[in-house]
Amino acid sequence: MAEEVKFMKGNEAIAHAAIRYGADGYFGYPITPQSEIMETLMDERPWETTGMVVLQAESEVAAINMVYGGAACGKRVMTSSSSPGISLKQEGISYMAGAELPALIVNVSRGGPGLGTIQPSQADYFQTVKGGGHGDYRLITLAPNSVQEMADHVALGFDLAFKYNNPAMILTDGVIGQMMEKVVLPPQRPRKTEEEIRREQPWATLGKTKDRKRNIITSLELDPSIMEENNIRFQAKYRRIEENEVLYEETLCEDAEYLIVAFGSQARISQKVVEMAREEGIKVGLFRPITLWPFPKKQLFEYSKKIKGILTVELNAGQMVEDVRLAVECRIPVEYYGRLGGIVPTPDEVLVELKKLVK
Amino acid sequence: MEATIISPENLVYDKPRLMTDVPMHYCPGCSHGVIHKLIAEVIEEMGMEEKTIGVAPVGCAVFAYNYIDIDWQEAAHGRAPALATAIKRLNPDKMVFTYQGDGDLAAIGTAETIHACNRGENIVIVFVNNAIYGMTGGQMAPTTLIDMPTATCPQGRNVELNGYPLKISDLLAQLDGTCLVTRQSVHTAAAVRKAKRMLQKAFENSMARKGTSIVEFVSTCASGWKMTPDQSNKWMTENMFAKYPLGDLKNI
Repeated sequence: MAEEVKFMKGNEAIAHAAIRYGADGYFGYPITPQSEIMETLMDERPWETTGMVVLQAESEVAAINMVYGGAACGKRVMTSSSSPGISLKQEGISYMAGAELPALIVNVSRGGPGLGTIQPSQADYFQTVKGGGHGDYRLITLAPNSVQEMADHVALGFDLAFKYNNPAMILTDGVIGQMMEKVVLPPQRPRKTEEEIRREQPWATLGKTKDRKRNIITSLELDPSIMEENNIRFQAKYRRIEENEVLYEETLCEDAEYLIVAFGSQARISQKVVEMAREEGIKVGLFRPITLWPFPKKQLFEYSKKIKGILTVELNAGQMVEDVRLAVECRIPVEYYGRLGGIVPTPDEVLVELKKLVK
Repeated sequence: MEATIISPENLVYDKPRLMTDVPMHYCPGCSHGVIHKLIAEVIEEMGMEEKTIGVAPVGCAVFAYNYIDIDWQEAAHGRAPALATAIKRLNPDKMVFTYQGDGDLAAIGTAETIHACNRGENIVIVFVNNAIYGMTGGQMAPTTLIDMPTATCPQGRNVELNGYPLKISDLLAQLDGTCLVTRQSVHTAAAVRKAKRMLQKAFENSMARKGTSIVEFVSTCASGWKMTPDQSNKWMTENMFAKYPLGDLKNI
């Protein structure tokens, strides 16, 4: 398959991008609003072309543990779900962080808590970037704001996961998952051969050959002195990721006196707000974190030296705002605006909130 | 003198090559050691050590990976069949097995067990049923017998409170995805030899893509049962075999 321009949903783009990346396996369980990912994969039948395995599991718990099993073989494997299902996957995510396994997890999040709603939400921000599962670990988190980025972040997520042997998550919402846009799908890449995996992931459990010791994938270590060393190694890795992998986008920030900080679908709405505010003479720019972890702390701190205030726009009760305040060390006012329970704000509402900060 | 005794022509028995020299953490009288040995022997005799991936459970056998010299994955509690599903589907030429206890397989992992078997995953499930949680200190298992005392049912398993011993292998034998469900033990030399034959059949089934094979080992837990190894074997024969009779539940 060559590069192709298509018009499709964000969820569908993830499925196509996974096949074209040369992913080895997808394991999932249906949940709204992301079921199109597995449906598209089943419809595309990649097992007949690239050899990619697609399997509907009996639960989100089973699906994430299938991902663990596949990742421990050095395979490019992924799962997707939405908020309640992602809660169930936290066990497996923590185990993968502890066993240092690379994998891609997609959360097309919806409003909670509990069964909540199927409407869009960004209320899983804390769960994703602060832990979610048990233990001291970090999850590489990408926040696409378009159907194009849904496709692009599949490759980016896998690449980062394998670069650091750590699970990566695409944290998006029903807006990006369900909306249709033009997308450029990359050309088909071949899946890795077993020989390539044995070379590039020498830890992979693909059968013990005579030239090496047995490989054991585990997060268990009962000796606390070794377990502390393991944790120190994890933390050092997280620091390297924070140093090297921060991604963000700036729109009209150069002369800005104020910033809106928003990610994913809310960055799309905030882009319109910036246009409207600029027409009224308010010098505001949009700062969009693309990686939610690692968070662009340094960049926001630099802005705090030259701007007057920040408004975060989030589909939650104010979660990322805490990280923004920490980043700017409370040197400038940082306010939050958001809607809850699956309601998406209009640009006009956000503009009103921005003006309160500006006045 | 010693050299003469172990000269090749005099050698009638040897430790399986795939068993590591690591001292085992299992208690005296525990069935795990013998079952480990049988697995190591079968893999070795089939010439499959470079193609075998084991999945260790949470429970007493959590460190199974220390004792058999093959590639291993350590699963979260109960999830071994999910891991094995993906390993086998992504690597159809590999020989994949899980090693699970009663709590792992028949309590917390019931869904993963039933659905892997129902999909007919071409894997082997080695199920060690000693009717107790050994690793955590002797609590009640789904397979604990009625009136059998444990740390969490010190007055004995009470049906009204705790329900009945779960004959999970009988249930798995009903599923169309399973091709072999057999209940074995390792308390006598004859039983060990028979169990090994069934274990080999199970591994052969998995490579012949016949579906899921389950080899249940009705086992002792001398420490958990608070008995001597000898008493344990006797108690198992009299009580466990009555509820969990040995033999094939399904063999097609």
